[in-house]
Amino acid sequence: MTQPLISLRHLSKFFPVDTDLFGRTTSLLKAVDDLSLDIFPGETFGLVGESGCGKTTVGKMLVNLHAPTAGEIWYGGRDLVKLPGKERRAYCRDIQLIFQDPYSSLDPRMTVGDIIAEPIRVNNLLPRREIDDRVAYLLNCVGLSANFRNRYAHQFSGGQRQRVGIARALAMEPKLIVCDEPVSALDVSIQAQVLNLLSELSDEFGLTYLFIAHGLSVVRHVSDRVGVMYLGRLVEVAPKRELYTNPLHPYTKALLSAIPVTNPRYRKERILLEGDVSSPIDPPPGCRFAGRCYAKSGCLGCACDTRTPELVEVLPRHFVACYLVADERDEARSTGPG
Amino acid sequence: MSELELAPATDETFHEKPDNQWLEMWRSLVANRAALVSLAFIGLLALIAVFGPYLVPYNPVETDMAHALKSPSAQHWFGTDQLGMDIFSRVIVGARVSLTVGILAVMIAMTVGVILGSIAGYVGGRVDTVIMRLMDIMLAIPSILLAITLMAALGKGIDKAVIAIGLVSIPEYARIVRSNTLSIKENDYVAAARIVGNSNARIIARHVLPNALSVIIVRTTLGMSSAILDLAALGFLGMGVQPPQAEWGDMLGRARGFIFQAPYTLFFPGMAITLTVLAFNLLGDGLRDAFDPKSRVK
Repeated sequence: MTQPLISLRHLSKFFPVDTDLFGRTTSLLKAVDDLSLDIFPGETFGLVGESGCGKTTVGKMLVNLHAPTAGEIWYGGRDLVKLPGKERRAYCRDIQLIFQDPYSSLDPRMTVGDIIAEPIRVNNLLPRREIDDRVAYLLNCVGLSANFRNRYAHQFSGGQRQRVGIARALAMEPKLIVCDEPVSALDVSIQAQVLNLLSELSDEFGLTYLFIAHGLSVVRHVSDRVGVMYLGRLVEVAPKRELYTNPLHPYTKALLSAIPVTNPRYRKERILLEGDVSSPIDPPPGCRFAGRCYAKSGCLGCACDTRTPELVEVLPRHFVACYLVADERDEARSTGPG
Repeated sequence: MSELELAPATDETFHEKPDNQWLEMWRSLVANRAALVSLAFIGLLALIAVFGPYLVPYNPVETDMAHALKSPSAQHWFGTDQLGMDIFSRVIVGARVSLTVGILAVMIAMTVGVILGSIAGYVGGRVDTVIMRLMDIMLAIPSILLAITLMAALGKGIDKAVIAIGLVSIPEYARIVRSNTLSIKENDYVAAARIVGNSNARIIARHVLPNALSVIIVRTTLGMSSAILDLAALGFLGMGVQPPQAEWGDMLGRARGFIFQAPYTLFFPGMAITLTVLAFNLLGDGLRDAFDPKSRVK
């Protein structure tokens, strides 16, 4: 098996939400809790989950906008978390981010040309006289005319702005691009264009994507493998086809059942989750999903409420963090033939 | 890619100049009559400040007791004061003092205030607390009282007045720049600048301050009026310039005993202060409107 491009090990990010009189933290928001993940070169890894489940925080830790509370980020044989600032920055060149909001991600006081040239200038990637050509080339790569370089961001549509953001990320010649819901702020017609652009660029530049989204349908379109997050933890990771045809975690099943189907005669069972997402502030022990789990009653002996389930490889390359699934498989094995 | 075909690549667009946000702002400013008149008045004042001293009919510091307290006439347009000095000449020459002190004091206050405010806002945490509590302490003391105290410590003179007025105006700038920095730094483009490896200093200089520029300009313009007013107040209290140098507030202070006998000795320097301060205030308001696209005069 190929070496992963980047490996996250037990990555956690806690935000203090409350402190006592003496400045000691009394309650923690566990945005990301003990998350481990491998991303392989050339693949697109889709990370899904509802708002507030910590997927953006994962992305921000990768690009060094947040320092992890604990855990390791292995890239190029080194743990980026432990690297001193300067070296860390050098590695960060390889990991870039495409933002969700194309309106707030471009400086309104800069021309598009300057926005794209900035990464090159700051890092002295190219001699001064070659920068203009490079900017023109990058604009063409993302399907914009090089003539736009002297325009300001506000003169563009959302889709065009997102293309500028992509060009800015490409300017750093990254290996991995974290796409933080890059199309959720766009019209549906434009979404497809941007997604296609991303996949073309991946072929052309040999890019690897961590594609963060809150809907499974967009992720289905672009990903090779998919990870499902719930309240700061990964609950299921599997190759795309496997996940969509054979979801194992109760939460994934509920998510998939929520995708609208275009065929009106085809009715599938909707799984409606009860209650709200519980708060990521000082979460109780046990499975994060236990409070809303409709399948929990199926396994009385399980430790759903007391111990957090770990990700287990129940099928080849299919990982699930659920006692129920592991339990069923054990049973199947013991009662099976032979 | 339909959105691209809307803007075909022609030679014309290739040489397109960046669209000029300043030009748009300028148009909106000159459409505001009060701001335009104020701007013209300030322009005139600047000319007077530069060339006035060479054009005045009398030596502004020459006493002539034989012609003390003369009403305005063809010889003395604004009359003469209690020492027989020509008020017109003194008002003209006073413009240079007021504008110079105003500009220099505002520059000191703005430079220090912008640096402190942007650092406090951008870095946050303990640095923010220390800087802003310091500013709060300065704001807790009335600025004119603080300026008087500083003048008492430094001594008389234009240069001392510049320092005193400049120092007491720092918190205004620090506060306004800090609050703007706080909102600007939440934008994704600041995060983007960090991801591509910009240093914090460069982010403040290239991304935060340019986006706060409009507020800084407005504040600076309004700051001119308060600096000029502060100088006049110091002068009125006899703590500004070294006599017999002509300064509007100083003229008011010395003439106030003659208010019933010779009101023109107070009227003209008072008018000069009022009009100048009013002009800067109106221009500041006009700039604020011009920078805010929502309230732009169409």
